[in-house]
Amino acid sequence: MTLIEPESQMRLLIIEDDRESADYLVKAFREVGYVADLASDGEEGLSLADTGDYDVLVIDRMLPKRDGLSVIGTLRDKGNRTPALILSALGQVDDRIKGLRAGGDDYLPKPYAFAELLARVEVLSRRHGGPAEETVYRVGDLELDRLSHRVARGKDELTLQPREFRLLEYLMKHAGQVVTRTMLLENVWDYHFDPQTNVIDVHISRLRSKIDKGFEQPLLHTIRGAGYMIRDGIR
Amino acid sequence: MTAFGKLIRTTAFRLTLVYLFLFALFAASLLGYFAWNTRRLITEQITTTVNAEFAELNDLYTRRGLRGLVGAIENRALRPGANLYLVTTPTGQAVAGNVAALGNGIMATTGWSETVYHRLDEQQKAPHRALVRVDELSSGFRLLIGRDLEERRRIFSIVAKAAQWSMLIVVVLGLAGGVFVARRVLRRIDAMTGTTRRIMEGDLSGRLPVGRSGDELDRLADNLNAMLERIEALMTGLKEVSDNIAHDLKTPLTRLRNRAEEALATSSSEADYRAALEGTIEESDGLIRTFNALLMIARAESGQVRGNMDNFDAAEVANGIHELYEPLAEDNGMTLRVVTQPAPLHGNRELVSQAMANLVENAIKYGKPAPPIQPPAPDATADAKLGEILIEARREGDTVLLSVTDHGPGIPEADRKHVIERFVRLEASRTQPGSGLGLSLASAVATLHRGELRLSDAEPGLRATLAIPALSGEGLAVQALPLESHPV
Repeated sequence: MTLIEPESQMRLLIIEDDRESADYLVKAFREVGYVADLASDGEEGLSLADTGDYDVLVIDRMLPKRDGLSVIGTLRDKGNRTPALILSALGQVDDRIKGLRAGGDDYLPKPYAFAELLARVEVLSRRHGGPAEETVYRVGDLELDRLSHRVARGKDELTLQPREFRLLEYLMKHAGQVVTRTMLLENVWDYHFDPQTNVIDVHISRLRSKIDKGFEQPLLHTIRGAGYMIRDGIR
Repeated sequence: MTAFGKLIRTTAFRLTLVYLFLFALFAASLLGYFAWNTRRLITEQITTTVNAEFAELNDLYTRRGLRGLVGAIENRALRPGANLYLVTTPTGQAVAGNVAALGNGIMATTGWSETVYHRLDEQQKAPHRALVRVDELSSGFRLLIGRDLEERRRIFSIVAKAAQWSMLIVVVLGLAGGVFVARRVLRRIDAMTGTTRRIMEGDLSGRLPVGRSGDELDRLADNLNAMLERIEALMTGLKEVSDNIAHDLKTPLTRLRNRAEEALATSSSEADYRAALEGTIEESDGLIRTFNALLMIARAESGQVRGNMDNFDAAEVANGIHELYEPLAEDNGMTLRVVTQPAPLHGNRELVSQAMANLVENAIKYGKPAPPIQPPAPDATADAKLGEILIEARREGDTVLLSVTDHGPGIPEADRKHVIERFVRLEASRTQPGSGLGLSLASAVATLHRGELRLSDAEPGLRATLAIPALSGEGLAVQALPLESHPV
């Protein structure tokens, strides 16, 4: 997964007190081209986040010296808007809402797959420094107009169901990035539970049959062990 | 504490004392008022009589002079129960009357006064009290007319005695009543204390005795019993969970370990190792899912997520779940249909959605119609119906019903209660993937919303219904407009 061009290296701060998972995260993020710093308690994390110029903060919920939510709250009070992803071992339903209310931008319950964390961090960082929201998304010859709700591939007009439209819209908004099944369920459907079935895959395969079927170049790719990505294959 | 000490410390006894005091105060003031009024009445009566007689005698004196007055007084003084009379010269010497001695200076002051006196005709030395009026006649002679106050004193003493007795009776009866009530209450409280102590020592099946009178203590006992019921259910649930965790999490953990061990022992190529590691990750993902579901159930059952509740329409949940699962059902050769009407309720949208998702997933997994044993029925519509799953949201009276109906083999009535328990999977479903927690979670979510999960026969098939109390009419009017959505 080398989606990051070397000249625009992402700077990441990981605030995590468990030595082993922290080292694992730093190593894994460095492997995919991030500059990853590490703080092992809330106070250190707060001062690093406050002084360093980071693209994304990955913050454990329960930290020594200062709670993760308090770190985010303090940063937000100071006007620091660096996107923050909360890692938490606590339950999902109420804890997630608490984390987002405290100023977090995303929430991931432990234990997590690194692919999931990476996908979410990339989406967050793109949001932070990315271009303003466009009206028309283009990937290859696929075009989605967010105002008129028109979707076309080349010269062919495509007819999508409303939900298929939103699914495609989300994928295209994050074109070139891996989007996980959980992210789709959260952002397209607004559900935060974990279905026991491959319900998202079925939606994707329907969408795929509409936008890729009959075209030489597939745009919607399955990324094994992670999720999906829409990308112009020629590039 | 001694038994008596305990008794007088009861609320009932203390209340009795307060009432006793208040009642005594009331009785005393009533009697006091009565005594004071009687006294006033008697005094008034004496004054009137004396005044009348004085006017009469004064008149006599004016017409007939001293001789006539003295004659009349001598005459009146001899009558039994006569008033007091005394006529004196300007120098103070007695001229006529029936008074032997008076208090000092009584004759010197005119007007009304109370005095001690002795009668002329009596032997005993004890002085009496009288209310007298003294006035100067035109010639400088003085006339005294008075009346004995014995009557007034007697009435007063009767009242005083009545007051004493009534106080005594009030106090004795009041104390006895207080002790009686306090002992009754104390006995029942002691019984309750005994039971609670037994319960505290670990016997959670104990229940407080409830009388038949339905009084406040019975109501308290009823409520405490309901609370104990809940605690016992929670404790049993907890024990069940730990038992089930021990059993159902250890199995995949063992598989996990075996796989790793086997890979270490037998793998020779990188591909083998890779396959083993991928299997390990898959297995642990399954474990995490199971663990999350368990935590979610525990949280729902303990009511911890009550904080995140708002008003929403069950129809929206039904439509949302239909929209999410419709393609999956179709891929599985079934059709998913939804029928809704507005059914507002107060709750956790996320959890209700998840419960519905579980029910629909179950229907898709297990709700396939059994392959016909006989050749297919000629009626084609009946066949179409068999592969159909119906999601419904509607309101029935005060209850919102969210149901999922399939036309598969259903669940035998005897098993229905059983399948809601954690990790229970019927024999027929053992081969399908799943944790056996779907119905448990749906049931826990229903309970969290003060409702229940009902499983019934759809003839053929299974109908699983979340029955949740609807939002009351008033709340509906207020909350009809903005349905809060979750922050993303």
